Amino acid sequence: MKRLILVWLLLVSGTLACVAKEAAPVMGDAVMQERVMKLSGELRCLVCQGQSLADSHSDFAIDMRNKIMALMNQGMSDQEVKEFLVDRYGEFILYKPPFSGVTTLVWLGPLVLFVLGAGVLFFNLKRRRKTVTEASLSPEELTRVHSLLNKESGDKHA
Amino acid sequence: MGRFLVPLGVFVLLAVFLYIGLKLKPSEIPSPLLDKPAPVFSLPQLHEPDKTFAPAELRGHVWLFNVWASWCVSCRQEHPVLMQLARTGEVPIYGLNYKDAREDGVRWLQQFGNPYVASAYDHAGQVGIDYGVYGVPETYVIDREGVIRHKHIGPITPEVLTDEILPIVRKLKG
Repeated sequence: MKRLILVWLLLVSGTLACVAKEAAPVMGDAVMQERVMKLSGELRCLVCQGQSLADSHSDFAIDMRNKIMALMNQGMSDQEVKEFLVDRYGEFILYKPPFSGVTTLVWLGPLVLFVLGAGVLFFNLKRRRKTVTEASLSPEELTRVHSLLNKESGDKHA
Repeated sequence: MGRFLVPLGVFVLLAVFLYIGLKLKPSEIPSPLLDKPAPVFSLPQLHEPDKTFAPAELRGHVWLFNVWASWCVSCRQEHPVLMQLARTGEVPIYGLNYKDAREDGVRWLQQFGNPYVASAYDHAGQVGIDYGVYGVPETYVIDREGVIRHKHIGPITPEVLTDEILPIVRKLKG
């Protein structure tokens, strides 16, 4: 009986050791995979420009993701990987343009247009209210309005 | 009359923008490597694996660096233009055989002719990444000091050659 338990323990510990040994690198890869995918989401696929490197299935995107992983394995930070790619492919590879230079226009353009549009709307509404309140009726018009209103209310009662 | 001026102005502005947009080529991204030294590398040659090719050897020459591959369809399109250019001997063309199998690349050149003085064999595509290659074929004009002076993305047509590449080459040769 004792021997059986011993054998059983040996077997269990053996499989456990195996699991532990295999799990570690897989875990590491998963973390790395996630890091690569997160950064690829911020980079543009230059072949299919409406997509990020993470979304695209093109050869270029696959190559780039492999390259990003290789650079990360060399110990590069996310920022360093980005700089590496910008040096070679240009700022266009950044899916989210940086807030500098000409791209300021891209970031602030919508805001400027919104403020401009709101300003025009406000100005126009104000002017219209003024014209509406300032309009006065002549006595003849007034009697005509009254007669029309009376006629209408009379119609309703009838 | 006055009330039509604003919509007319907006329409004209929009039309101008759209007209400019028609002529833009968003697939051609300006290379950050322009007017920068061509990235250094040393690769085995396609035909003679024992020999290497390094751009540094071409100091003092104006040359074209053409990225090609046997799997690249547009490369076939530009190939006759390169052959023609090689025959004139106006500027030496060196190739980068990009992400190709050696025997495929060699066979391709046997079949269609070899316009290259030599081709570097970039099986892993590593040099391609350093040069910012994303759409084969691509062609770089490199000057005597080893600086990239021009990059053309996509196949070289006869028009591109005469209107774009050769004028730059002639200017660089002085």
